[in-house]
Amino acid sequence: MGGAVKDGWLLARALRTPGNTLALDGEGWTALIAIARAEQMIGTLAFRLEGLPLPETVDRILADARASAEQGRIAALWEAEAARRALAPIGVPLVLLKGTAFVAARLRAGEGRSIGDLDILVARATLDAVEAALLEVGWEWVKPDPYDDAYFRQWMHELPPLIHRERDRMIDVHHTILPLTARITPDAAALLAASIEVAPGLFALSPSDMLVHAAAHLFADGDLAGGMRNLWDVHCLVEEFGTKGLEERAAHHGLAREVARALRLAVALYGDGATLNPADRLYLRRLTARDGWGRATRPVTRFGFYVRSHWLRMPPAMLARHLWIKWRKTSKG
Amino acid sequence: MRHVFSVRIGPVGFRIGSDWRAPIARLESLYADYPAPRDDVPDFNVRLFAARPWRRFVRPAVMIGGDFVLPEAAPLPLAQGLLAAEMGMNLQMALGQRRYLLLHASVVERDGRALLMTGISGAGKSTLAALLGARGWRLMGDEFALVDPGTGSVHAFPRLVSLKNEAIGVVETGVPDGRFGPLLADTPKGDIRHLIPDAAAIAAMDRPAAPALILFPRFGFEAAERDVPPSEVFVRLTQASTNYVALGERGFDALTRIVKTVPARAIDYPDTDSAITQVEALWAAL
Repeated sequence: MGGAVKDGWLLARALRTPGNTLALDGEGWTALIAIARAEQMIGTLAFRLEGLPLPETVDRILADARASAEQGRIAALWEAEAARRALAPIGVPLVLLKGTAFVAARLRAGEGRSIGDLDILVARATLDAVEAALLEVGWEWVKPDPYDDAYFRQWMHELPPLIHRERDRMIDVHHTILPLTARITPDAAALLAASIEVAPGLFALSPSDMLVHAAAHLFADGDLAGGMRNLWDVHCLVEEFGTKGLEERAAHHGLAREVARALRLAVALYGDGATLNPADRLYLRRLTARDGWGRATRPVTRFGFYVRSHWLRMPPAMLARHLWIKWRKTSKG
Repeated sequence: MRHVFSVRIGPVGFRIGSDWRAPIARLESLYADYPAPRDDVPDFNVRLFAARPWRRFVRPAVMIGGDFVLPEAAPLPLAQGLLAAEMGMNLQMALGQRRYLLLHASVVERDGRALLMTGISGAGKSTLAALLGARGWRLMGDEFALVDPGTGSVHAFPRLVSLKNEAIGVVETGVPDGRFGPLLADTPKGDIRHLIPDAAAIAAMDRPAAPALILFPRFGFEAAERDVPPSEVFVRLTQASTNYVALGERGFDALTRIVKTVPARAIDYPDTDSAITQVEALWAAL
């Protein structure tokens, strides 16, 4: 592995071919660890490199990261169990999304994965009952701001975030996987209908729908923050389940283009390389924009994707109104 | 980054990068006796940077960054760049350390056994550790006790001793041949001056010690002391730990082991001479 590479590719290549890291010097390891931390993939890297004859200091840092990820897994599953108990009395099954789903289903994508909030999916018709049931057992509102609250309820694909007053953990209650203002409308009912019980009382999306969700989140919603981790999820899911039936499923949700792009970029980063178009290259430039200190680089590219994320989320007039209200709020302090 | 300094303090390696030369020059001179990180791979990165490119020159203000950061930390003037570096290093430990249970405590050692002193800011942790360090004890650290969950022993983290306000004069008098950093006046924490741990403390920093006594000192009261029941020790130490929750079961096991095996006393003291006498008497009675 060339000592000159000091961006996200350093991390991608280490995950793709762990043995190549053995050629790294102190500076190379320092950069790799800083970038992995910045992308919240240090636990993933630690599992991937386990068992290699690493320098002692690196071995210790990665052992700590594995222990930390393991503790994160236990806490995430406990949080899922708490939500399951809260929703059981109203007969709503707990459908997990993202990281918690991966660890509950013991998927490769969950090995070492950092898990933040608990993300769940419920039918939109049950939203009020779910909200009441969670408030009943100790979850509370995070955002007291009336505009934000109304905005979430009217336009977003999730409730405003709730936090548990004793455990200090957040839950995001989704009723679909893209904002209602986005131009694409995935079939939320089909997501729930195809969900699978992965542990007693805990459900996850079908493998195809997990891939659709990852692609939707990356390319039709966010500004690509955390994209390297998302594409690692994609890489692992494809490795474990293949892509049989994926194309039709993606088309059904209106996300064929996004899923195809996710597959190409995951192969480019973590697989054997892919045939890329110029737009793909721009995405990769954004995704790997880090330096050897873990700092965000390529500000112009980043800003471009930030603007794009808002453009995708809502129509222009609405975007203008939203940014105006947000700007007035921040400028008032 | 433009200017870089790497150092190992006890078992923990740091790499500090800065947009300015001055804070790095200060660190190089104050940490001159310390080794580099093992294998040239630091555990943590700290970054001192200008919020905007021109703020490197115009009213330079130092932002603190690193592998682990708190949102909305306020910048410091460049003259306090050393303090920014120290805060950045402490922050990496407080938020990122997962190998050891961290207790916000000062630690001194004698005959292989460690005395831990913990309490609120102003209780005198750093002052007492610095003074005991000049009276036959080995200074192991004035900020964090690093408890190894596997062995229960305490590892040294002898960073620069951070003295605040009145403590500066007390330690300048009490440690006459001490090596001090520059006086940093009017920081957000008041006046600050750093004491460099003596050469013996740095040379022995890789040697852990078994915890033998926990003290909860309190400054500004008539001399008094009392036993602290295990339940209170447990609660106070969970409050004094920055990573107890993050360590999960390992943290609980490490902490209960300390609570069950190490005696604890609370002492009130009117002045440092009295405190030293009280500490020596308690230690002799163990």
